[in-house]
Amino acid sequence: MSAQHATHANGAHDAHGHDDHHHDAGPHSTFSGYMTGFVLSVILTAIPFWLVMAKVIADRNTAVLVLGGFAVIQILVHMVFFLHMNGKIEGGWTLLSTIFTVVFVAIAIAGTLWVMFHMNANMMPEHPTPTPPTREAPGHSTP
Amino acid sequence: MSDIRIHAGAAAGALAPREYHLAHEPHPENGTALGFWLYLMSDCLIFAALFATYGVLGRSYAAGPTGAQLFDLTLVAINTAFLLLSSITFGFAMLRKQLGDVKGTLLWLAVTGVFGLCFLGLELYEFSHLLHEGAGPQRSAFLSAFFTLVGTHGLHVTFGLIWLVVLMVQISKHGLIPENNRRLMCLSMFWHFLDVVWIGVFTFVYLMGVL
Repeated sequence: MSAQHATHANGAHDAHGHDDHHHDAGPHSTFSGYMTGFVLSVILTAIPFWLVMAKVIADRNTAVLVLGGFAVIQILVHMVFFLHMNGKIEGGWTLLSTIFTVVFVAIAIAGTLWVMFHMNANMMPEHPTPTPPTREAPGHSTP
Repeated sequence: MSDIRIHAGAAAGALAPREYHLAHEPHPENGTALGFWLYLMSDCLIFAALFATYGVLGRSYAAGPTGAQLFDLTLVAINTAFLLLSSITFGFAMLRKQLGDVKGTLLWLAVTGVFGLCFLGLELYEFSHLLHEGAGPQRSAFLSAFFTLVGTHGLHVTFGLIWLVVLMVQISKHGLIPENNRRLMCLSMFWHFLDVVWIGVFTFVYLMGVL
């Protein structure tokens, strides 16, 4: 039994290793990888806070774009250095599901903002010319 | 077990016993990681909905206080630092785990938990401060969306902390067995994921709200 089992394990399943559960411990991480991610994150967090707290950028739209750019870069840094994301783990399925999520989230958020702000514009006008009070309201007219 | 196999081999008339089944279930390597990742991605969709809601309602102040009047960026910066530090200390715990160092793993997990508690405490202080100023979730659509989004993130951190404590008990009782390593990997993904969500929160809610 034991001899057969050993032969079996060394033969057919050697490519996977003979204990499947040891693979569930996750990818190998390194100290330098975590420190690189940490230092980059500190820089990418400090700059946006400084930009806003010191009021560096006067134009609001520019500031929003710059802050959004920093956020995207920092999210990528976290994905790569902390969550160990790459195209190879799980045969690429992790990356594929992430790309799907990113596309879905982009459509959901951009679509929501697009629809809702157009609805605001079309359904809730700000009455640029208030109606002159020439006419009496129908309810107040004398019978 | 071996009797049956020998019997089956003899019946087939072969010298070596034959097996007609796979000794191992053919499951993909590291399937837990992918499954947990899919959970995190679906969690991402919850946050996407809340971010979209905040994006729509974030400027609907109902003549109430605005983000620029309410948010204390120094507090948010300290909170961000706590969460980032807890991320790196969780990374150190994972490095100790790789070496099979139970005490080191537990120590770094405890440090992670302390930073997580600091984050949560500061967030609760901020919430209570807002409520005290009359800027509760019922004040305006902006504040409803704010409390829902930031509160959901805080709730995730709370459950992450509970998970962390439970896992520390399990590791101290059973050591770094494969099951605990798997759980540790999942919690590490969860914890780093919460930090990723917080990047979105402090950028789109706090920093852009103050602009």
